[in-house]
Amino acid sequence: MSVETIMQDCRDLLELLPAQALSKAQQRYPHVGGLAVFPVYAPLEIIHAAGLMPVGLFGAGDKVELSHADARFQSFICSIAKSTLELFLRGEMKAFAGVVFSSICDVARNLASLVRRNAPELYVEYLHLPQNMYSAASQDYTRAEFERFRTNLARHLGRSIPDAAVARSLELYNQVRARTRELYELRRARPGVISAADTYAVVQAGTRMMPEEFAELLEDLLFNLRQRTGRARDGVQVVLEGAFCEQPPLALVETIEAAGCIIQDDDLVVGWRLFSDDVPVHDDPLGALAQAYLRDSVYTSVRHDRDRPRTEGLTRRVERAGAGAVLFTPAKFCEPALLDYVLFRQRLDETGCPHLKIEFEEKMWTFEATRTEVETFAESMLFD
Amino acid sequence: MPATTSPSRDYRGIIHQLSRDIMTGWMTQLKEATHDGTPAGYLMISGNCVEILRCFDILPVFPEINALQLAIRKNSLPYIIKSEEIGYASDNCAYVKADVGYTLCGGVGVDGNTPKPALIICNFVGCNVYIKWFEHCSAMMNVPLVMLDIPFLREDHPSDADVQYVLCQLRELIAHCERLTGRKFDIDRLREILHHSARAEDGWSRAKDLCKNRPAPFDAYFDSINMMGPINALRGTKEAADFFDRTVAEYEGMVADGLGVLDEERFRIVVEGPPPYPHYRNFRNLFETWKAVAVQSTYSTVGGIWEFGFRHDPNRPLESIAEQMILHNLCNRSLLERYKQIQSYVRDWQADALVIHGIKSCRLFSAGQGDMREYFAREMGVPTLMVESDLEDPRYYAEAQIKNRIDAFFEALQYKRLRGERAEAARAEQVEAR
Repeated sequence: MSVETIMQDCRDLLELLPAQALSKAQQRYPHVGGLAVFPVYAPLEIIHAAGLMPVGLFGAGDKVELSHADARFQSFICSIAKSTLELFLRGEMKAFAGVVFSSICDVARNLASLVRRNAPELYVEYLHLPQNMYSAASQDYTRAEFERFRTNLARHLGRSIPDAAVARSLELYNQVRARTRELYELRRARPGVISAADTYAVVQAGTRMMPEEFAELLEDLLFNLRQRTGRARDGVQVVLEGAFCEQPPLALVETIEAAGCIIQDDDLVVGWRLFSDDVPVHDDPLGALAQAYLRDSVYTSVRHDRDRPRTEGLTRRVERAGAGAVLFTPAKFCEPALLDYVLFRQRLDETGCPHLKIEFEEKMWTFEATRTEVETFAESMLFD
Repeated sequence: MPATTSPSRDYRGIIHQLSRDIMTGWMTQLKEATHDGTPAGYLMISGNCVEILRCFDILPVFPEINALQLAIRKNSLPYIIKSEEIGYASDNCAYVKADVGYTLCGGVGVDGNTPKPALIICNFVGCNVYIKWFEHCSAMMNVPLVMLDIPFLREDHPSDADVQYVLCQLRELIAHCERLTGRKFDIDRLREILHHSARAEDGWSRAKDLCKNRPAPFDAYFDSINMMGPINALRGTKEAADFFDRTVAEYEGMVADGLGVLDEERFRIVVEGPPPYPHYRNFRNLFETWKAVAVQSTYSTVGGIWEFGFRHDPNRPLESIAEQMILHNLCNRSLLERYKQIQSYVRDWQADALVIHGIKSCRLFSAGQGDMREYFAREMGVPTLMVESDLEDPRYYAEAQIKNRIDAFFEALQYKRLRGERAEAARAEQVEAR
């Protein structure tokens, strides 16, 4: 497949509602069910090993008008929570075997309760992912939490999810994550061959495919991109930070690029590519996943890591990307991102790294003001 | 039920003053600790393990109480603005902003009223903002943060792994306190402290239970603040336990004399959500006008839910501390568990209505309260009112709008009651005529 065809397929996939994406996947994998995964992270391997396709549940973007959820959530609640609830209230998630949420923020926690009450026929799981990475009990706790998830899911489905199956899925997801890392490295090294917007479209589309299919697609894409000769435009090299949960409209990323920024790295869809290295595959795959979560996760705003603070994570990301600035892109009303902005900003000011904050909403449809703002920012850096 | 009348009385006087006295004593200690070298430790209110700090004579400091004090004294706004100047968003929790602004302005440290902490214990019990808040305090003051990660109650009971994880972290905290103070952990001292805790919890519970009487002897929303300081911040001290003995005796006396909060108790309500501290008195007046008395409230249980029987146990010291942190506080329980808590309050405390006060600052409380209204009003048939403002930021309180909603709600409730009474009288007449 050509790069253009792959891109078009990925963008088409992002136009679908989660259940439509599942239905599309079922054309190729007729016996597979679906489990919706609310951001940021869930052990996808367990879901896949259960014979289900993990499907990223990043709200409904601009595909659904809110007619019920607005009455349940107040005006100061983020869009992703509202549009996700809307999907459940409208019965748009009935094709799924269930949904998994985790302890990322106060809104997500209450959202899980609302889904449980308003979609009683669905299996709703809530994971408490650890916030203490260094207790002597952290590994046992995290493994036990993944085990609890496996046990509950197996009970719900009426079939076991053996270690061997999880290990096979782990191997597959290792491939997916490694190729995704490779895609990011390729883009960093040769930004002319693929835009950040296209990379984003591919990675997000990957949350709506079986990992087998996505691994193939990535291999194909990487092969094609390596043959490409593209020269990057001049621009300011930046890192995007803050959109780890609710995802910005593709057009926002395109606007930032069109306004003169070369996005060298980002935290978009970060939960699906959380580990910075392969997870070792051995006879205790859940233990390996727990270890990876504790020790090998990249920093995010929803995970406290005493010895690896986020501010240092961002500084390192900027250095590694060779970026000269940071664009903060928190979703409107996203409390973790907005609170982290304060310490990030302080650190960047100390290191003399310019930054700009642009809040977004998933239903955002006009980007002129953002374009002007980013253009001004980029120009101010070019003439500095 | 018809309104209950009782002679008017200054019910707030004694308990309010007692609470004020012991809380002032603690605040004086805080002020002295800014200079005298007493080690202090930051803690969050909900599901806290203050007993462990007390065991090492580490003075507990609660930034939430600091924020609350700033708001109720109408001093919060300048500090909120100070924080917004350094990057906090208008949509961030104003409790955090007020406390951080206060710290930035020198409120913490040798020139302030609050000692700089020697350690920051992030008891992450439900509220994710806690983590950020304490990360910020730790970074700004360069003080080590000890994370106490408490697994959220996501099934009926915590798993063994949940309990072991918390116990292990509590032991690690104890080791940290030993290193900090150079003192050996004394389990017998902890048992004694927990004995005081259990006695205070018993008193809290008995006091709350007295509100099942008609009229209720205190307002379980607005007056609970007098008990929340002692139960959450001073728990584990003899003074707090004694305070609750006095409180219960006072309220029992009122019940025996048939005295209520107001001269008339026309409506019994359950209130959900924190109060608007910057406009506390005004907000209270809006309910008093209608002779509406809160007989229970969820906000008063953020630190711990004691009214359903849980007590710290000196015979199971660390185990019972872990149980309280995981299970027996509002913040670490799901929204649906809160629905059950409210249901029990409405039923067992015989409330006429539910009032939901949604606040912008705290998503833990407010996210999804529209669904709560839907559930209680439509499915449970409980008259439900929802109003919104904030617990810290005075800019979000629109009195005229709130008053309109409260007036309309109680007017409708009164009309409904009158109609019911007339229908009942007509039925009785018909029966008599036959």
